[in-house]
Amino acid sequence: MIIEIQNLYKKFNNSPVLNDLSLSINKGQTCVIIGRSGCGKSVLLKHIVGLLRPDQGKVLINQKEVAALNELELGVLRSKISMVFQGGALFDSMNVAENVGFSLIEHTHISQKKLLERVEESLALVGLGGIGNLMPSELSGGMKKRVALARAICIRPEIILYDEPTTGIDPIAADSINELIRSLHDKLKVTSIVVTHDMKSAYHIADKIAMMYKGKIILEGAPKDIRESKNSIVHQFINGIAKGPITEAVDTFK
Amino acid sequence: MFTLFFMDLGRKVLSFMYFFGGLANLAGQTVYLTFKPPYKYERILEQAKKAGYDSFPIVSLVALFIGFIFALQTAYFMQRLGSELYIASMVALSIVRELGPVITALIVAGRVGASNAAELGSMQVTEQIDALETLATNPVKYLVVPRFVALGIMLPILTLYANIIGILGSYLICTIKLGITSSMYMHVTFTSLLYKDLFTGLFKSWIFGMLIALISCYEGFNVEGGAVGVGRATTRSVVFTFIMIIATDCFFTALFYFIFP
Repeated sequence: MIIEIQNLYKKFNNSPVLNDLSLSINKGQTCVIIGRSGCGKSVLLKHIVGLLRPDQGKVLINQKEVAALNELELGVLRSKISMVFQGGALFDSMNVAENVGFSLIEHTHISQKKLLERVEESLALVGLGGIGNLMPSELSGGMKKRVALARAICIRPEIILYDEPTTGIDPIAADSINELIRSLHDKLKVTSIVVTHDMKSAYHIADKIAMMYKGKIILEGAPKDIRESKNSIVHQFINGIAKGPITEAVDTFK
Repeated sequence: MFTLFFMDLGRKVLSFMYFFGGLANLAGQTVYLTFKPPYKYERILEQAKKAGYDSFPIVSLVALFIGFIFALQTAYFMQRLGSELYIASMVALSIVRELGPVITALIVAGRVGASNAAELGSMQVTEQIDALETLATNPVKYLVVPRFVALGIMLPILTLYANIIGILGSYLICTIKLGITSSMYMHVTFTSLLYKDLFTGLFKSWIFGMLIALISCYEGFNVEGGAVGVGRATTRSVVFTFIMIIATDCFFTALFYFIFP
């Protein structure tokens, strides 16, 4: 067991976002979390990487509680976890190469030559070799996401968290990202958590899919189990039907 | 009606206290992280250039005009008394003790403070600050410390420079238009100025520099709500910095008046 989320609660301005959410992800597994936009999927990712603290409950990574770590321990943990943000979150004062090599520049004494090799290797992996000198403002949305992915894999992490990696980019670029997530899983045995509402991508990359609804996981299982689920909420979501239990429910949750 | 008034008042008081609490927290973290290794001098130099070196042209222009204006306004009164010679000492004392530090701080608050708040605010809304944290980098150490140190060093230097340019402006008016000789002007200026005048002015500008960095970064970090939020934070940063500069100036002027009478 590498990541274990136990009974997580989080409220923003008195409206609950996470409500007794529990989930566990094994080492080397790719877990896809699906759910409607704004249902708290990104909030969950931010709890895993320690950007947010839960009101109640725990996130355990290798049996260590993330919220209880001190600054030094959190630094060590974060050197093993990468997060790919929804909009890329590239530093716009730096060029692509400086963005990708940021962690290595800041936290290691790696030689300039080795650094450039690692950066170029990471960029080549996402299919963007040779663009190290461009600034983020010169890139398209899809390229930004791929550079963000290159930045995430440059430190050779054990866990990668993806926040909607294929949203807003063209189907071909989306497929190449899916392939990349798949190959990181197969070759490097990286544990991944992918938040998405792109079902095609979810079926393609997942070992396990978990459906989030009303702040908790209502169903988890292999892609096949989800596809064949009789649960009316899951059925409405994965088939993209406008009318159904999700849209009929009127409460504080989206 | 009354209830609403008190609710509004209560909310304002709370938000004011929240602002000071947050600012004090950021100040504490910043001072602690300033002395904690590793030290990244390149980033301090980069900020020193942005905040200090690039501000020299506007500081020169404003200080020179202040010197001109101050000499002319003082001359208006001094001529009535027939003691034009004292223009030099009045200008020197006012500029070195008060106008130099405050005017320079206000210029830098508008120019650099606003840009800090907008830059950090945009980083906040595009999740770049979260990204820094996930890359095991403390945003306060990476973003606030270099600005804090750079402004703390550069503002006194800019102030010293503004003092010289301001006095030069007044010197030009007095020697060219009012017929005071150059050697006389210099003599009166240097005999009227004491070290404590210079020290108190520069001490205040060191405090102003740190205040500008802290308030602008605090506002940038606390942006909510996209582009509108960034705009609001920039305005708040400039307004709060102006208020804090004037209030702190008042406090220290009074303090120094009693400590070094």
